[in-house]
Amino acid sequence: MELVEAIILSVLAASTPLLIAATGELVTERSGVLNLGVEGMMIVGAACGFAGAWLSGSVFIGALFGIVAGVLMSLVFALMALGLAVNQVATGLALTILGVGLSGLIGAGFVGERITPAVHLHIPGATDIPLIGRVLFGEDGFVYVSIALVVGVWWFLYRTRAGLILRACGDNHASAHALGYPVLRIRTFAVMFGGACAGLAGAYLPLAYTPFFVPGMTAGRGWIALALVVFSSWRPGRLVLGAYLFGAVTILQLHAQGWGVGIPSQFMSALPYLATVVVLVLISRERSGGSTAPAALGTVFVPDC
Amino acid sequence: MQAHLRMLDSTPDGLNSGETPLLRTIGLTKRYGDFLANDSIDIDIWPGEIHAVLGENGAGKSTLVKAIYGLVQPSAGEIHWQGRPVVLSGPADARKRGIGMVFQHFSLFDNLTVAENVALGLDGNESFKDMSARLALVSKAYGLPLDPRREVWQLSVGERQRIEIVRALMQDPKFLILDEPTAVLTPQEADQLFIVLERLKAEGRAILYISHKLEEVKRLCDTATILRGGRKVETCNPRRETAASLARMMVGGEIREVKAASGRTTTAPRLVVNDLSLAPGEAHGVRLDHISFELRGGEILGIAGVAGNGQDELFAALSGERLSKQPATVVIEGTPAGHLSITQRRRLGAAFVPEERLGHATAPRMKLSENALLTGHAASGMVHRGFINTAAALKTVDIATETFDVRKAKRDPEAASLSGGNLQKFIVGREILRNPAVLVVSQPTWGVDAGAAAVIRQALLDLAAAGAAVLVTSQDLDELAEIADRIAVMFHGRLSAPLATSEATREKIGLLMGGSSLEPQEAAYAAGA
Repeated sequence: MELVEAIILSVLAASTPLLIAATGELVTERSGVLNLGVEGMMIVGAACGFAGAWLSGSVFIGALFGIVAGVLMSLVFALMALGLAVNQVATGLALTILGVGLSGLIGAGFVGERITPAVHLHIPGATDIPLIGRVLFGEDGFVYVSIALVVGVWWFLYRTRAGLILRACGDNHASAHALGYPVLRIRTFAVMFGGACAGLAGAYLPLAYTPFFVPGMTAGRGWIALALVVFSSWRPGRLVLGAYLFGAVTILQLHAQGWGVGIPSQFMSALPYLATVVVLVLISRERSGGSTAPAALGTVFVPDC
Repeated sequence: MQAHLRMLDSTPDGLNSGETPLLRTIGLTKRYGDFLANDSIDIDIWPGEIHAVLGENGAGKSTLVKAIYGLVQPSAGEIHWQGRPVVLSGPADARKRGIGMVFQHFSLFDNLTVAENVALGLDGNESFKDMSARLALVSKAYGLPLDPRREVWQLSVGERQRIEIVRALMQDPKFLILDEPTAVLTPQEADQLFIVLERLKAEGRAILYISHKLEEVKRLCDTATILRGGRKVETCNPRRETAASLARMMVGGEIREVKAASGRTTTAPRLVVNDLSLAPGEAHGVRLDHISFELRGGEILGIAGVAGNGQDELFAALSGERLSKQPATVVIEGTPAGHLSITQRRRLGAAFVPEERLGHATAPRMKLSENALLTGHAASGMVHRGFINTAAALKTVDIATETFDVRKAKRDPEAASLSGGNLQKFIVGREILRNPAVLVVSQPTWGVDAGAAAVIRQALLDLAAAGAAVLVTSQDLDELAEIADRIAVMFHGRLSAPLATSEATREKIGLLMGGSSLEPQEAAYAAGA
């Protein structure tokens, strides 16, 4: 029993940064922009988040630092890919390389320091319910925020006019422009939202997952988040499912080693990507004439004026 | 709802010069760098008139309507709306004032539903539910049925245009701009559109109508403004002009008349299609259903039909972009070729001109000489032992330029930098210069100005006169009537029996395009009996 609870808790903890980062990237991609720099934005968010928390002594301030850092990184991307119409794939990759270097620089003075990690909710009675108590009522703030975030994004995309306009930009930017929507401004906001989420997801790692900062601590989670968006076929509901599935695989790989199961851990690490490839194949097989991915994804748009 | 059907204040005959026009441009100028897209254009639009804007590609029609719809800001000049000078900050501003627009290349979103598409074209804070209800009413009132829940990619071109029109009507516009609305419609669909337009006119709305089809303009429009090279040439009453005189004003000279060489002789079949059936290559493609025809040297066969009835699939099967398992289904110059690749078919003497100029017929960012190489590498002197003979490729460009009057800024520009008409002349020329035995060409003059279209049609006729077999797929019935010897119609992946052009009336072709058969035996023929 306790083992099951421990596993669920650790799966939730491993999944939360994936879910937050992927939710942001989903919004970015729904607007038609492919930002491959999630890993870079996350790692800068992690370094700045830790710095903020260490300097202020507050996890909340740290999280804000992470968000701001992610937004600043995404603005670099927006300037290049939207303002100057540079190739989005190249810009995104460059952003990741920049982020890895920058986070090492920012975090250099903080390696070896410790902070008090994010507190977990405690509701007397509710949190003490066996098995589900701690899972539902004993998490840290990030977990609840991640759920609220993805529900909010679903509501925004499918229930608001602004969300409809954002999806329209991702489907056909020429049409959106012809109808008078400011495509580049909308996309810039979507990119910034993606940056904020990636920064928050990065900050989660040193603020809640482990209470210290290590260079390179995102360890490819930004790439998994990118794969996750494809896995979800750009839908928030499937994104939640995918995030917990991918999180479970990472935890499973640790436990599998502990139990002496003879599956190489490298294979387990590769599983999320393998699953994404399978989903891509299934999508292309089942595609019904419409496009599952936002049709304008990754294409450059330069309005005439 | 009432708001939509109410009569607007109207001046019954638009020539009542004592009152103010609904929209007036004064010296409207739009400059792109050194290029004057619009050069001080004055135009008056009166309520209750259908006003045509005519001109060749590049004459400045699109720029003019974009300025009137607020999409581009004029460099100089004024726009007066209902007698007052206005600055349109954007399409939303134009819509707010009562200006609606139906775009040529639809401004629709394929993966969104009809209702969502309409909502995106509306401003204000009407709830989605109220909007949907109003959509149903408006579409019913104007006889433009739409299912609001379907996604756009599932719809035909005609239905897509309906969305655009209904979306514009939902705004209750005083002034509606239509940019080449009939380019993609069947004759019957176009007739239905004209009924709607006449009704809008009767309601006192003004319509700005852009078209290449002069007969249509003569039939529908009260006034025509002709643009050439960014300038206004003339404003006239199109009903008092002939199609030839309108064309002269557009081009600024006589259009070369297309003439078939008399006494063309047909030779043995050069392209034979035997009972060709092919499953669709992609979901929602069209299944080719027992297609058979024979095309002799010296003959032009026209294939009519509404877009999306299997023309693209037939082109792919003929060009070798899709292969058939039975070699005998496509026979080129006596050789079964159904299983052969594009290059092998080219070596047999076939040449192909697909519909889409940029991205299919040419690589947009590659130079013309490189594009010449793309189709000419297998059967011409441009490649020697795997090395490119740049001089020979450039020579091909020069010859095509000279023979087919391709106008371009430099000797070997990127394909994307040419205007549609000039690029199309180059593409057709590139294939014809290879002296093909069989030429398969799809939509040879789609979106091409009258002058270039005449050059291209003449080239096809000359090629046939020289003994080649030419297959032309086109949605322009006038074009087929002009150049084809026989016309067949595609519907739902089937091909009707070809009719001699002299017997192919618009009514007959229109019926076939809508899926009815003329006579039982013809239906049986089409079904492969």
